[in-house]
Amino acid sequence: MLPNASIPEGPIADKWDSHKFNVKLVNPANKRKFKILVVGTGLAGASAAATLAELGYNVEAFTFHDTPRRAHSIAAQGGINAAKNYRNDGDSVHRLFYDTVKGGDYRSREANVYRLAQVSVEIIDQMTAQGVPFAREYGGLLDNRSFGGAQVSRTFYARGQTGQQLLIGAYQQLMRQVGLGKVKLHTQAELLDVVVKDGRAVGIVTRHLTTGQVSSHSGHAVVLATGGYGNVFYLSTNAMTCNVTAAWRAHRKGAYFANPCYTQIHPTCIPASDDFQSKLTLMSESLRNDGRIWVPRDRDDVRSADKIPEAERYYFLEEKYPTFGNLVPRDVASRNAKTVVDEGRGVGPARNGVYLDFSDVLKRDGVKVVEEKYGNLLEMYERITGEDPQKVPMRIYPATHYTMGGLWVDYNLMTNVPGLYSAGEANFSDHGANRLGASALMQGLADGYFVLPATIGNYLTDFLNKPPVSTDDPVFQQAEAGVRDQMNHFLSIGGTHSPEHFHRELGKLVWEYIGMARNESGLQKAIGEIRALRDEFWKDVRVLGTNESLNSSLEKAGRVADFFELAELMARDALTREESCGGHFREEYQDPDGEALRNDDDFAHVSAWGWNDADTPQTEHREKLEFEYVKLTQRSYK
Amino acid sequence: MSKILNLTLQVWRQAGPNKPGTFETYQANGISDDASFLEMLDIVNERLIADNKIPIEFPHDCREGICGTCGVMINGQAHGHERGTATCQLHMRKFSDGDTIVVEPWRAKAFPIVRDLVVDRSPLDAVIAAGGFITAPTGTANDANDIRIPKEVADSAMDAAACIGCGACVAACPNSAGQLFTSAKIWHLNSLPQGQAERYKRTEAMVETMEQFFGSCTNHGECSEACPKEISLDFIAYMNRDYIKAKVKNRRLASQS
Amino acid sequence: MAAPTLAKNSADTPLRKKRRELPFPLNLYQTAVGKKWVMALTGIMLLGFVVFHMVGNLKVYLGEVQHLSPEGEYVTDYDINIYGEFLRDLLVPLLPRTYLLWILRLGLIAAFALHLHSAISLSKMNLESNNRYESKRDWVAANFASRSMRWTGPIIFLYLLFHLADLTWGVGAASSEWERGEVYQNLVHSMSRPGIAIVYIVCNVALCVHIFHGAYSMFQSLGINNPVYNQLRRGFAAGLALLILVGNLSFPIAILAGIVDLP
Repeated sequence: MLPNASIPEGPIADKWDSHKFNVKLVNPANKRKFKILVVGTGLAGASAAATLAELGYNVEAFTFHDTPRRAHSIAAQGGINAAKNYRNDGDSVHRLFYDTVKGGDYRSREANVYRLAQVSVEIIDQMTAQGVPFAREYGGLLDNRSFGGAQVSRTFYARGQTGQQLLIGAYQQLMRQVGLGKVKLHTQAELLDVVVKDGRAVGIVTRHLTTGQVSSHSGHAVVLATGGYGNVFYLSTNAMTCNVTAAWRAHRKGAYFANPCYTQIHPTCIPASDDFQSKLTLMSESLRNDGRIWVPRDRDDVRSADKIPEAERYYFLEEKYPTFGNLVPRDVASRNAKTVVDEGRGVGPARNGVYLDFSDVLKRDGVKVVEEKYGNLLEMYERITGEDPQKVPMRIYPATHYTMGGLWVDYNLMTNVPGLYSAGEANFSDHGANRLGASALMQGLADGYFVLPATIGNYLTDFLNKPPVSTDDPVFQQAEAGVRDQMNHFLSIGGTHSPEHFHRELGKLVWEYIGMARNESGLQKAIGEIRALRDEFWKDVRVLGTNESLNSSLEKAGRVADFFELAELMARDALTREESCGGHFREEYQDPDGEALRNDDDFAHVSAWGWNDADTPQTEHREKLEFEYVKLTQRSYK
Repeated sequence: MSKILNLTLQVWRQAGPNKPGTFETYQANGISDDASFLEMLDIVNERLIADNKIPIEFPHDCREGICGTCGVMINGQAHGHERGTATCQLHMRKFSDGDTIVVEPWRAKAFPIVRDLVVDRSPLDAVIAAGGFITAPTGTANDANDIRIPKEVADSAMDAAACIGCGACVAACPNSAGQLFTSAKIWHLNSLPQGQAERYKRTEAMVETMEQFFGSCTNHGECSEACPKEISLDFIAYMNRDYIKAKVKNRRLASQS
Repeated sequence: MAAPTLAKNSADTPLRKKRRELPFPLNLYQTAVGKKWVMALTGIMLLGFVVFHMVGNLKVYLGEVQHLSPEGEYVTDYDINIYGEFLRDLLVPLLPRTYLLWILRLGLIAAFALHLHSAISLSKMNLESNNRYESKRDWVAANFASRSMRWTGPIIFLYLLFHLADLTWGVGAASSEWERGEVYQNLVHSMSRPGIAIVYIVCNVALCVHIFHGAYSMFQSLGINNPVYNQLRRGFAAGLALLILVGNLSFPIAILAGIVDLP
């Protein structure tokens, strides 16, 4: 059964305040008696660990990187939203809330989103006080820009490196606590199991990546801030080591996994150039503000871009959506790019991209203005492709970028396993079926800085003066043994293909059948093929080397094993959700114009999947979504 | 369009910390020049695995030049010969058919080798933990626009804050000095109004922690050339100035209080 | 297995311990950044000496002049010899003869000692901090001057001893005709020997290479940095080094060429 989501009563604007008043507090002197394990040191994890330590809790922070400054939050380029209304352009908490619920295609919890919008204001204050060098105007005030098609300018940014600057800010706060001895930091420690005793989370088991040492850590509560699972697609904009393992092992221990089929495809990535491609690189969405997207009208047109006259260019977004044009939301832009490429109009050597053309703005504003605005992006593009976007139009194609699904959490960010919390991209909470641009940074920091520290005490008070479960306890010993067994098993299979090979093959299946557009027969087929590939993986994977030394093949094998199970669940979730919404597009459910067709009567709910065992499909639990403050409408960007 | 390269690699192989290491030679044939340097290593690794040989461990993660995980010595230059570029953003079209490429891990006493091309850069974190922050516990912030910061100051802070913590500055320095890394963080925080309260304490603490691990600066300028974010040597001068001031200022403050 | 023990990383084992802080201003000299600051300051003093030394030596080109001796008679002597006397007479009668010269000399000796000591201890620190690369380095910014400081420094030190023995103390390599106070004659006697002249030339090249990096580097070490003027620093260092090089090399060359000689 799905537990109550603990959404507070009362008008939406008061819910968070009244909830903060109603939760049980831990006396400041007692906070040091509690130990909290925070796994992951991205935006959500680092900010949560730092803030919990500031409050006085004993915190242990875990990251599988060599330092807590590497998490993939760092790669976010565009910015962070906040309802500051510094531009006086009609923004408000309510508008940010409304935009986020609407952008999420009405598949998120109103109360959570409203809280996110409220807290967004504090995030900017907090990060500025920590020294994040947000862009400023000549008057010395913070600069804002409009982002991702928003009608107001509410996005704060630090050049094209907003994610980096925010992460470094949170990392510095964390390192301050490490220096003060209030946070114990474990680097190179990968979570490989969550330990549950008597139905509640009591600790974790980690493997030290450079020594292979498996060890247990126990605490009163465990926070998973371990990011999203976009790498299930193999090719995504995620970093190479991003994985679902922490969340998935928690899922296997009973935590529900919600809405796995909600994956976001970002429209402006550099297309893959060949089979060896290891990852895709995102180009900031801000490029769509000035660049015009087109393909040749004639599918057999193989002339170079500059030889194609204006009349023979098909500006498909501008033609189909005259109001929003090139600035339609991510899912719409992505799907239309896929359509034209599938029609055979793709450009580039592999005919797998569409043009993003800057020649108009170059003519209008001149080289200098364009370079000032997009200089680093154009340079990055040239570095990767060897083509100068000021001479030849850029080629772009959609790629997986963010995953809205994740561990199910209640209003307190606690999963259905008591004592197990999840924050940031790892949970499913705030974005519904589609995330708006510049909202991921906002959510990670909201969870870590403001929400989790305020809600976690409510659970802890019951365990005052009770020490954490000893790591000598059989539950820990069993979990450790399980981890060791899995490592030894991988090393003993002695098959013929590397984990990388299986990951790539899995990614092709997921992209083909559970990618931008899905249909019933494809999803059925995907489940079968994923299972077959998974069986082959367990029989035929080749992992060389030893457990006792840095061994990235061995690490990867464990992660790929989890991706297989996740991919199957994604397909099952996509199959069950017989509607199109946000990042989930079922070809059977579209209007005559090819727009996503929601089914609010039957599917205005969260699908939270409970683990059974490796061979029995998960059980679906549904959390009904109530909409009191936002009217459900069909999105239209025409 | 894309060309095919046949390369000879000499890669440092070392089974673990304190184990002997040596250069191994590998043929990397049929590499497309569209591949990135790390993708070239991926291909070599896949071939090694197919031959039942242990693949090369190399540091990498985001492959977008921002996370700071990657970084190896390529033909005697940190992150290779292209300026302002992290190893992951270096592409094979910058090499020619028939090239021999020598790949070696970062070397510094503070960066012991973990395996093959991977080193332990944790002393950089120790420098940050010593003072690379502004004390602003959650909840204490005033409105973000209360303090105006001239655009030029914010831009200069951002130039310094662009550091990705890859350690190339230390690796490129003949003295294995950590000056560029440390000074970039010091200047990021010392130049902002929010960072003034702890300015001199921070400078002292960070410099003195840095010197526990790294060598001293002899102003060669290799660090800045190797830096994938092209962080300026100027910050080192600012750090030196603030450090001397810190020594004098704190004494005065102590006598006043 | 109670508390988990994880592998130690490099941050847990510093190369050096933090030392207890000495009272001001000694604490400045405890850290490398402070030592570099001292090195730059003493470098400026030494540089000042080198410049004045070269300028003073230019007097050899004036040859013989008439001047009024303390006894009130007009005598003919080499201008540089008179200049030597003048230095010994500085601030007389406020101070007894040679007192100020010795104060200046002691200052220079202290500066030299500190410059040397900080160089040695920083070099030691640098050598123990770095692990050499097994493959060949391809330097980008480091130049011959910056990388050879550790070699040009000792050469200058040995050269200084040689130079003092040759011309100031009249021992060792000094010519057989050496006589105290006869600056001009001693110089010409010494440098007419081609071997000695070559030693002077080589050592002065080393000195100027050292100055080329030192005069640039001191701005960084002292924290004198203003992006508006930074581009001038290299030019300043190069100009200064060149000036000293031309000045100092002119003496042995002029003597060998017979432009400066004894009657």
